[in-house]
Amino acid sequence: MSDLTVSRVAPRGMVTIRADLGGPGAQAALLAATGCVMPGQRRIALQGRRALAWMAPDEAMLFLPPEEVAEVPGRIAAALGAAPHLAVDVSDARVIFRIAGPGARMVLAKGAPVDLAPQAFRPGDFRRTRLGQVAVAFWMTGDGAFELMCFRSVAGFVEDWLLNAARSVDPGLFAEG
Amino acid sequence: MLLLTCPYCGVEAEETEFAPGGQAHTRRESAGADDADFAAYLFERKNPRGVHFERWRHAYGCGKWFHVARDTATLEIFGAYSAQTAAPPEALIAKIRRRRPGWEGWS
Ligand SMILES: [Zn+2]
Repeated sequence: MSDLTVSRVAPRGMVTIRADLGGPGAQAALLAATGCVMPGQRRIALQGRRALAWMAPDEAMLFLPPEEVAEVPGRIAAALGAAPHLAVDVSDARVIFRIAGPGARMVLAKGAPVDLAPQAFRPGDFRRTRLGQVAVAFWMTGDGAFELMCFRSVAGFVEDWLLNAARSVDPGLFAEG
Repeated sequence: MLLLTCPYCGVEAEETEFAPGGQAHTRRESAGADDADFAAYLFERKNPRGVHFERWRHAYGCGKWFHVARDTATLEIFGAYSAQTAAPPEALIAKIRRRRPGWEGWS
């Protein structure tokens, strides 16, 4: 059994997208421009090195390899055409952490008011909430690990918080189902 | 502790994930209003022991404002609804009337 680990992931490209995402037109445009299917409410569509997350009814976050970030916002804007929209590179705004191994659920459950039981939070689920006193969003990847993003300005605090929470956990409280 | 359901996320979360925004459905006095009416709009708020309509924001979540009807004494939540309305939905009012037969109404 591997150990519980908390680590910063290598920088990723991040593009914030604001538009009326409910309509089929916007979803088709996003699929054409990003290759990602717009996920449902509070979900993240994980597609290889790319992912598209539901942030709000009119907001999505696209994760992509850093080398693609220069070109993709323009492609999204072109695909959305005349519909009111915004697609901007915000890669530097946030930091992503990875929490993996037995007890990862417990680490987050210590600081976020979210039901993290295995039957309540599954791979592909995405949740914006707070950790301690700062805003974060986290999601579960296909391999059962968690990724968590927060604003870069509080990344030091969040890193210390996660490492401290990971020092002592009882993974048995959330037996993996 | 209040458990609120954000109408935009569909998630039930505890109140620490939200920010309160005070009394709902206040109407701004427009140009030409006299000072007393404008002062009332600015400063006068209901403070019922019972049914209250409030604005809340999903501050740590999707960031959206929405409306909540709750009981200030029992903390019972009657429902949450869109911010894009000037009055509570009829179905919610009917639900509150069933729960609180003596309630005097919202306006
Ligand atoms: Zn919400």
